[in-house]
Amino acid sequence: MGRYVIRRLLQMVPVFIGTTLLIFVMVYALGDPVAAMFGDRAPDPATAAQIRHNLYLDHPLWQQYLHYMQGIFSGDFGTAFDGQPVTQLMSSAFPVTLRLTLVAFAIEGIIGIALGLLAGMRRGRFADTGVLGFTLLMISIPVFVTGYLLQYFVAVKWQLANPAVADGAPFGDLILPGIVLAGVSLAYVARLTRTSVAENARADYIRTAVAKGMPRRRVISAHLLRNSLIPVVTFLGTDIGNLMAGAVVTERIFNVKGVGFQLYQGILRQNPPTVVGFVTILVLVFLAANLLVDLLYAVLDPRIRYA
Amino acid sequence: MSGSARLKWAVCASAIALTATACGGGGGGGGGANGIVRASWGDPQHPLEPANTNEVQGGKVLDMVFRGLKKYDPKTGAAQNWIADSISTSDQQNFTVKLKPGWKFSNGEPVTAHSFVDAWNYGALVTNKQLNSSFFSYIDGYGQVHPGSGNPTAQAMSGLVVKDDQTFTVKLSQKFSTWPDTLGYSAFYPLPRTFFTDHAGWLQKPVGDGPYAIDSYTKGSIMRLRKWDGYTGDDKAKNGGVDLRVYTDSNTAYTDLQAGNIDLVDDIPATQLRNVKRDLGPRYINQPAGIIQTIAFPMYDPRWNGTSMQKVRQGISMAIDRASITSKIFLNTRTPATDWTSPVLGDKGGYKAGLCGGVCTYSPSQAKKLIQEGGGLPGGQMKIGYNADTGSHKEWVDAVCNSINNSLGNDRACVGAPVGTFADFRNQITSKSETNPFRAGWQMDYPLIQDFLQPLYYTGGSSNDSHWSNADFDKLVDQANAESDSAKAVGDFQDAEKILAQQVPAIPLWYQNGNAGYSSNISNVALNQFSVPVYNDITVG
Repeated sequence: MGRYVIRRLLQMVPVFIGTTLLIFVMVYALGDPVAAMFGDRAPDPATAAQIRHNLYLDHPLWQQYLHYMQGIFSGDFGTAFDGQPVTQLMSSAFPVTLRLTLVAFAIEGIIGIALGLLAGMRRGRFADTGVLGFTLLMISIPVFVTGYLLQYFVAVKWQLANPAVADGAPFGDLILPGIVLAGVSLAYVARLTRTSVAENARADYIRTAVAKGMPRRRVISAHLLRNSLIPVVTFLGTDIGNLMAGAVVTERIFNVKGVGFQLYQGILRQNPPTVVGFVTILVLVFLAANLLVDLLYAVLDPRIRYA
Repeated sequence: MSGSARLKWAVCASAIALTATACGGGGGGGGGANGIVRASWGDPQHPLEPANTNEVQGGKVLDMVFRGLKKYDPKTGAAQNWIADSISTSDQQNFTVKLKPGWKFSNGEPVTAHSFVDAWNYGALVTNKQLNSSFFSYIDGYGQVHPGSGNPTAQAMSGLVVKDDQTFTVKLSQKFSTWPDTLGYSAFYPLPRTFFTDHAGWLQKPVGDGPYAIDSYTKGSIMRLRKWDGYTGDDKAKNGGVDLRVYTDSNTAYTDLQAGNIDLVDDIPATQLRNVKRDLGPRYINQPAGIIQTIAFPMYDPRWNGTSMQKVRQGISMAIDRASITSKIFLNTRTPATDWTSPVLGDKGGYKAGLCGGVCTYSPSQAKKLIQEGGGLPGGQMKIGYNADTGSHKEWVDAVCNSINNSLGNDRACVGAPVGTFADFRNQITSKSETNPFRAGWQMDYPLIQDFLQPLYYTGGSSNDSHWSNADFDKLVDQANAESDSAKAVGDFQDAEKILAQQVPAIPLWYQNGNAGYSSNISNVALNQFSVPVYNDITVG
């Protein structure tokens, strides 16, 4: 197990370097950001040259990349155009997005698995059809539609919540965006669980467990659910990364000052340090979540062993 | 997701919502505690230094926290002496500035001649990388502190001399009679000593000499400004303070206004323009601002600069049905343009409705005739360049092209040519690799006719993106700048503008309005000519 983890960690190094290089090149390919800083006015060449020099933009791309990576390993992620160090932006944005992710993750995990279990146990019956219909609806409606509609009805018309998330992102304000963010994934979780549960419900070991007189609740929780959750855990694990990175639309609608907000501004203002820095951290989150998922398999299914 | 799809959905969503309910925006309750105005804001793009702020969000804060030598009257736009007691000159080139006594920064430091001279020298010095440094280029000695390339040979401009604490003199490198009227712009604000001694600390919480002081500032989220009780100027804050909340999406800000969570939004989203009158009634403001939108021609490209092309440029201008586009697409938040300035200047300031004459009047038959006489569109087709990432320009560019196509009876005469990002768009223009006519917008820095003409059309002007050059135009501008009588100067500028009406290096499209909406918690809300709310006049309750 220990050796497996070390091997996996070592594998992350080339992935990490590859992704950062790719993102760096892509942001660079968007063009010179300095002209946009002057707005509709033609840039003053002397000032523009100073800014380029200061941002290390007057060097070839590979030198810029090396310079940037050098900075990262000494904890310096560069500076955004408004003069704030990117690390400062991260320390304000990541906790907020993490809270939103936790809320969304809890909603999609609990409700998704519960719906899936319900549908899987009553396959072909009314509850099953209902869940399938509901999840189809969730998958087919784009996030911004649910976002704007819920925002309007819940927050403006019925006044049950705030339409925008207040400073510091209190959990109460995050429930509405959490539901919107969790929506599509929730549907996938429910459908995955349903199929898996339906399949395993006819397995031999379940029949054995029922035959030896085990209480129904224990059959479901210890045998059926545990075995059915493997594909769901895979999905949930990779979804943590998606939720953290994919909240751009939701964060915009509900004015959450998280990772999506910073990424959006970074891209709009073509600020390479912000975009590359945030994506770098997100890459690390993805890698860590994947590792965690693989290790969780062993816990859920004793047949899986890592050496 | 594409912008237009998103827009469509938002329109549908709000349309459904509106038919389902009467959608009253009213309902008091809440409101800012202790007379605090809660207003929407956008994250400033650059550090909040006066000479480094060239966009409206940062400028908003500077205008609350600072006062300069002059201030523009929020109603008439006239430049009034504020900290300046007098600015005098005998030759339109050497100015003596006398300050009023008693002005202080909110940290107690007095505002002296040094506060201005040091701030301006800081703004001009090339190594300080200030985006607005070109505003100091009229001052003698700018070339030494801000050479075109290489290191500066001086640290301070020789044209600025401090006589005593209340007096300094300015020598300009050329005659510029209306120069004192430019001094209300934020780049010319004074700076306290702490700006230079503790720069990083100052940027965390800027200190100025205006009616508000910054109480707390969480970057990217919220800025709390409070009335500064020690302020001695005439325009004291009539409220307890302003909380500026950052919104990334103007739709959310508008929703928050409807939900009663904020009091003032100064950017009504395009998707809500249809509903805003019903939602807010008299609490919706739609008034002219000092912004004009044009289509500029690449005059550096021989295809557009040939001798016969003047008729083609005129013809294109006449092919555009401005009235329909402003009413149908912009829902009257734009006004068809008939000159190259802005109505906010007023007749005295140089605005002249109809100066453009027939060239800006929609006339399909005449347009077709002129374009044919000029030899037709170069290559048989024109494209209009615009940036696709911000500002939803696609809709009006397509409408303009549609109008041109209809006038010429040719479906392929005009198409839009989107460029992915604003930065790329600007790069193409400044490197002269844009070979199509392109969209251009100009927001005035100060309410002077000079600001609408000289930077844009003077040979080598700082924003002369067309690279148009005309000796007669330059001569008239120089003459106007040397004129001591402002009425005569305005007359010269208008004569220069008449050359634009013949040559049409840029087609005036429309004047842009400022838009704002507010809650019933606050009153006395108005926008100034820069489409920024006059915060200090707002009353709460």
